[in-house]
Amino acid sequence: MLLIHCPYCEEARPELEFRNGGEAHIARSTSIADESDEAFEAFFFIRTNPKGLVYERWRHIHGCGRFFNAVRDSVTDKFLHVYKAGEAKVEPSALMANLPEHGAYANVPAAELNAKTPARKRATKDGEA
Amino acid sequence: MRKYSVFAIAREAMRGHKGWEQQWTSPEPRKDYEVLIIGAGGHGLATAYYLAKEHGITDIAVLEKGWLGGGNTGRNTTIIRSNYLYDESAGIYNHALNLWDGLSQDLNYNVMYSPRGVMMLAHNVHDVQVLKRHVHANRLNGVPNDWLTPEEAKEFCPPLNISKQARYPIVGAALQRKGGTARHDAVAWGYARAASARGVHIIQNCEVTAIRRSSNGHVIGVDTNRGPIGAKKIGVVAAGHTSVLMEMAGVRMPLESYPLQALVSEPVKPCFPCVVMSNTVHAYISQSDKGELVIGAGTDQYISYSQTGGLHIINHTLDAICEMFPMFARMKMLRSWGGIVDVTPDRSPILAKTPVPGLYVNCGWGTGGFKATPGSGNVFAHTIANDNPHPINAPFTLERFRTGRLIDEAAAAAVAH
Repeated sequence: MLLIHCPYCEEARPELEFRNGGEAHIARSTSIADESDEAFEAFFFIRTNPKGLVYERWRHIHGCGRFFNAVRDSVTDKFLHVYKAGEAKVEPSALMANLPEHGAYANVPAAELNAKTPARKRATKDGEA
Repeated sequence: MRKYSVFAIAREAMRGHKGWEQQWTSPEPRKDYEVLIIGAGGHGLATAYYLAKEHGITDIAVLEKGWLGGGNTGRNTTIIRSNYLYDESAGIYNHALNLWDGLSQDLNYNVMYSPRGVMMLAHNVHDVQVLKRHVHANRLNGVPNDWLTPEEAKEFCPPLNISKQARYPIVGAALQRKGGTARHDAVAWGYARAASARGVHIIQNCEVTAIRRSSNGHVIGVDTNRGPIGAKKIGVVAAGHTSVLMEMAGVRMPLESYPLQALVSEPVKPCFPCVVMSNTVHAYISQSDKGELVIGAGTDQYISYSQTGGLHIINHTLDAICEMFPMFARMKMLRSWGGIVDVTPDRSPILAKTPVPGLYVNCGWGTGGFKATPGSGNVFAHTIANDNPHPINAPFTLERFRTGRLIDEAAAAAVAH
């Protein structure tokens, strides 16, 4: 179960209190009857469904009852950012730059993140244990 | 390929079982193929098999980023039925059901198709009306489906509790006798072996990273982690990852990918004769030939590619199982797992050509694609070979979300999700 931080209640609450509202930042046309079939399809049916950063709406339905937006990694299910409805979307690059756990991995090849000596040998050396 | 038979077993028994061949070959990918299938699950392998068998195209490679049958084919609850409401759905699912009959002989591989009956329980007036409507719709489409009284249901499936004092009393049931289960791994392995025997290349650990197109837009091949591979036609059969792959060709899909969980209990002696589903309490259960109870849970509410779902989803399903079958209350659950299912807005699949010439897509099977494996592969092979859909899958277009000709199984689903 996810722990979700509600930006209105300003605390993390269990997922059971929330209802997912699907992809965020899809604007409904002000004159929906005038929309072309293509535009309506794109608005109503087509979804980004990304493997990576998902911009999605949540509603704290068993709490304050309000809608807000969140950015989540759809591979790890980790929340990167929550923000109130109406606030501007933060671009992925800005999000990644501000997150230490992601920033630490930037530009470091995976091989160099791996320890070079096995743990049992490292334990004997100072500083690396 | 050496045929499997009782004589083969006898021969190998004499020789200490040293003569069994690899079931399929794992060749190095060639530079070019006529058809590439992306995704070596049941649907993808069946597509390759029927392309080779019925359309004479054997210059095919099936690319798989992980291992064969390691996605949803190996993660589902193996239930087979065709009691869907709409004509289009009845057409495609019953086409599959007819192919399940005799599939073991066709593939020379025991897929353990067991038509033990799929029973759907009604607990209230609304259930009775919906299920009877399904029974009648199915019969009009030539799909046998019977309405049972609680007593008849109990006679068919003795573990049912038909007491009127039950919290969710059983007031009737719909029974599709030809429905049942099959061994999911054997379906993937059987299709792989039969396709490989006809010259199809099955290439595992080969992840597609890009789809290449010529200047006129036609597909010309893919980039993979094992180098570029050229192709005249590409079929995407990638279940939960379809959106990711289609994005590579610039096609945005009406799909969302959710984790769907299932679980099995410790194995016990045969105690449960058929498949029982109840939409109202959201539970379905069957017993595998190994003796495990196989239980399907629901999807999580959010998009995810994690292949892990929330524990409360499983708990909810087990609550319902224990409520309906108190005899299972002390069973220990052995394993649970999640698969990523691609769900369309109308809960019906998409088997169609795409706006990109030479690119075909078979996706959107959502929470119930296993049952359709042979039929899906069969008509999708026809679509790729003729660049035109088979009459059975003609309604399952990508354009239906623009034209509005939806096949809206979601509103009146016989499915437990």
